[in-house]
Amino acid sequence: MTSPEIKFSSDKTTLTCSLSGSWTTQELARVIPQTANKSETACKEQIFDLKTVEIMDTAGALYFLQYQDKAEANGHKTLLKNVPKHVRQILDTVQEHRIKECPPENAPKGMKKLLTDTGESFYTIMAQGYELISFLGLVLNAFGKQLVNPKRIRWTPLVAQMEQIGIHALPIVGLISFLIGVVLAFQGAGQLERFGAQIFTINLVAVGVLREMGILLTAIIVAGRSGSAFTAQLGTMKVNEEIDAMRTIGLDPIDVLVLPRIFGLILVLPLLTFYADIMGLLGGAAMTMITLDLSLFQYIRYLQDAASLGDFFVGMIKAPIFAFIIALIGCHEGLQVSRSAESVGRQTTRSVVEAIFFVIVLDALLSILFSVMGI
Amino acid sequence: MPKEIKSQDFVISLRDIRNQFGDQVLHNHLNLDIRKGEVIGIVGGSGTGKSVLMRTIVGLNQKAAGTIKILGQDVDRISQAELSTLRQRMGVLFQDGALFSSLTVSQNIEAVINEHTKLPAQFVREIAALKIALAGLPVEAGDKYPSELSGGMRKRAGIARALALDPDILFLDEPTAGLDPIGAAQFDALIAKLQDTLGLTVVMITHDLDSLHAICNRIGVLLDKKIKVGTINELTKETDLWIKEYFGGPRGRAATRSHD
Repeated sequence: MTSPEIKFSSDKTTLTCSLSGSWTTQELARVIPQTANKSETACKEQIFDLKTVEIMDTAGALYFLQYQDKAEANGHKTLLKNVPKHVRQILDTVQEHRIKECPPENAPKGMKKLLTDTGESFYTIMAQGYELISFLGLVLNAFGKQLVNPKRIRWTPLVAQMEQIGIHALPIVGLISFLIGVVLAFQGAGQLERFGAQIFTINLVAVGVLREMGILLTAIIVAGRSGSAFTAQLGTMKVNEEIDAMRTIGLDPIDVLVLPRIFGLILVLPLLTFYADIMGLLGGAAMTMITLDLSLFQYIRYLQDAASLGDFFVGMIKAPIFAFIIALIGCHEGLQVSRSAESVGRQTTRSVVEAIFFVIVLDALLSILFSVMGI
Repeated sequence: MPKEIKSQDFVISLRDIRNQFGDQVLHNHLNLDIRKGEVIGIVGGSGTGKSVLMRTIVGLNQKAAGTIKILGQDVDRISQAELSTLRQRMGVLFQDGALFSSLTVSQNIEAVINEHTKLPAQFVREIAALKIALAGLPVEAGDKYPSELSGGMRKRAGIARALALDPDILFLDEPTAGLDPIGAAQFDALIAKLQDTLGLTVVMITHDLDSLHAICNRIGVLLDKKIKVGTINELTKETDLWIKEYFGGPRGRAATRSHD
């Protein structure tokens, strides 16, 4: 391929432009600087000689026609000569289909953009809140029907979900809780040593793990692990029209897909939390045995004084609440997926972020509530 | 094969192609020549590897043996850069358009052009608008996302993107599948028109007997791991059972009648 060229030669009245080479999309960038400002000439007439054009594709034709337009807009008469047959065909096709005035992008800019974006985001958040509340209504309605008629409960998916959410999460939940127990004990011992109150490290570990850390970390892991899985599963089913197919054969997706996930998580998260508590305390034990030189028996003895049953229940009571929120958001975002691959990813991200956000906000509110109540 | 056709008129030449997955051999010693400016339809029963053949030609599937010459260049003997240039001269329409769902139709086309050229943004937008119009879509379609388009419009948008760099060869994977008869006929007309005005060579996989009659110059039938090429008239005289059934079955006869 030869590079495209445009050569100008002028006498008093006419400017002759000789085009040559291949006017193709890939080569076109070279011709643009050659044509700059050439259309403003003193000549009355412009003649385009296309004799030596090898190839012209649609982009080349479009560029040429626009250039010709510009010349005409400047009051020149234009004339084409020696147009090869294949070039004529392309020029005619492009002339027929091109849009003279390409609409400019009408996206707002600057301050206006900031305001529109803010407004849009606010509107989206409100709409999402509204939809989540409607979804909550749907779920409660379906739950009510299942309570009245327990035959509607789907046991197999419920158990399958419990296995998926619970048993398969044991290694990661256990490891993380154990390490958090270790870290709490290590950091606590370091600080309390200054007061000679190292033995209170056990109080720190017990209260920290039982009231907050056990449940919070488990909830966050589950939100990342299972909440996202709910969204991705339901979202993919939505993309494949499986959910629509279910509706047409008389299956309610809330009954079949959503409730087993929500109840699976509500049943499993307290168990996982209990397990996380134990692992956290074991982590604390491991560290205190090293730093404080206690035996396991002594650690347990101190633990009984340090933590009350109340601490344990404060942590455990949050588990079903968090479980409900994670599962509700996960399923809701999954059903919000539109028919594109991209939206599955977007909704999954949103599901995890929202679930973790709500879990932490609610945890803070509950902490305040419990301290006001004096528990 | 008529004598006046010279080998340089072939835009694609396949020699002794062999494709296999594990022990299953799909194509063996397959030879195919595609002439410049023709519309060739590829048919075959399911599992005969129509899509695999197309993917092999465009380089998405690694062949087990054989040579492929595209526009006179052996794809195994040229550098990566040359291969990339060669690929720019081929456009592919996948079955459901395969448009990038995070971009609008116009951006889908602009992305292709911007990747390979250094043209001003406004001009690229204008090229995109032209391609959208060439594909028979309304101007407004440019600002829509693929998920907002109907199946037929997505295919047209897919063609518009395949045409982004003005390829010489256009590959179509079942272009009329899933379209209503009117939409399918319009799509056939679009392909014929584009082929004529832009001088394209079109390779289409299709099961639409009407398309075969309406726009294909020749038809390649995948059979026994090879391909048998000919015009419809030539193929109807074949003695092979599958070909007889294909063109002489009730649907084949109906299509033949309506195009006589």
